[in-house]
Amino acid sequence: MSKYLLNKFLFTVDRDPELTERYRADPRGTVQWWEAERANVILGCHEGERSTWLALTDAEREALAAHDYPKLFELGAHPFLTLTLFIALFERDYEEPLGFQREYASRLAHWTLPHPDIAT
Amino acid sequence: MATVAAVIASTHHPFYYRASTATGADRPPFADEWQAKIAAFRQTLTRARPDVLVMVGSDHFHQIWLDNMPQFLIGKAPAYDGNFHNEQREFGLPRMFLGGDEELSGYLLRQGLDAGFDLGFSNELRVDHSITCPIITLRPEADLPIVPVYTNIFAPPMPQPKRFVELGQTIRRLVESWPSDKRVAIVGTGHLSLELGGPRQFGPHGPDPEFDRKAVAWIASGDLDSALAEVSLDSLWRPGNATHGFMDFMLMMGAAGANVKADYTDSLDLFHTMEAYFTWYPEGAS
Repeated sequence: MSKYLLNKFLFTVDRDPELTERYRADPRGTVQWWEAERANVILGCHEGERSTWLALTDAEREALAAHDYPKLFELGAHPFLTLTLFIALFERDYEEPLGFQREYASRLAHWTLPHPDIAT
Repeated sequence: MATVAAVIASTHHPFYYRASTATGADRPPFADEWQAKIAAFRQTLTRARPDVLVMVGSDHFHQIWLDNMPQFLIGKAPAYDGNFHNEQREFGLPRMFLGGDEELSGYLLRQGLDAGFDLGFSNELRVDHSITCPIITLRPEADLPIVPVYTNIFAPPMPQPKRFVELGQTIRRLVESWPSDKRVAIVGTGHLSLELGGPRQFGPHGPDPEFDRKAVAWIASGDLDSALAEVSLDSLWRPGNATHGFMDFMLMMGAAGANVKADYTDSLDLFHTMEAYFTWYPEGAS
């Protein structure tokens, strides 16, 4: 389980407008590229100084590749990161203000407390 | 010594800027009432005639990230840029620029460390909507230097609620001992019950109106004993998954003082969240 790396994907894709669009258009390809090229970049360090050990689990990789935000919630991704990025991806497809956000809530409606642990 | 001209606590709603500047068909039905409440709230800072603002907030994974996560951090820089790409994208927030007061930052850091808070610091901090929203609501001129204080209410493990209270008490005491003739307002923003990215998000009101009612009463009356007795890191998940932001209100209750009633209290039951506004005048309200 690598909740930290799931969060790192959401965080780094959200803050880069080009990458956000690329993830919307080609989620599977973007996840594959990101895990190979970006997952081990330490954000505050020179790019030559990379980590060597970070990898997504199969379930995490598939949830990201399928844009499956209910699964990301279940896996313990930070809900603020998931929400923020998925608003950027899909809010534009909804006519009503907050239409996407309300659908998002309804797709999680089966959850009761306690929610999945988000501690990293 | 410096004077604490006001202690101010509020929610920080990133939709306020867009709602209050929208016109015609784009203007939401709640905007007029909200804007009137903010205008009255703004007056409570203006009349305190502050020279400097200590701004308590929490970075929402903008500059502060999980590879390097401080629990409490003070900015020490001559200036701060404000707002990030995704806040412009989602909330329409403008890019902002705020001056800093490095002398007060340095004083709070040195004295805070010596008082038992191992504070992190940043010499290059871009502040996010937890600090820019109260500038927009309370001081839209953005003409006063700030000292940003960031807390971790976002990424477990977090400090205990009582540490937030103690930090607020310490900031209050340190500002009062700062050798300066400036008038300092301590302004902090947090959340009442709030859910983001979970099943209870964006409902017709906050996810837990009962918690909100109790929380507003605790803050308005300075009832730290009840707040500390009822609130724990575990309990805060129940009113909503982002409700740990209430610990920033508890910090501000510490700054205002135990059992000190707020001189100004207002709230607004908005869709998906309760907005709340509090001001204390340590010199007296007259």
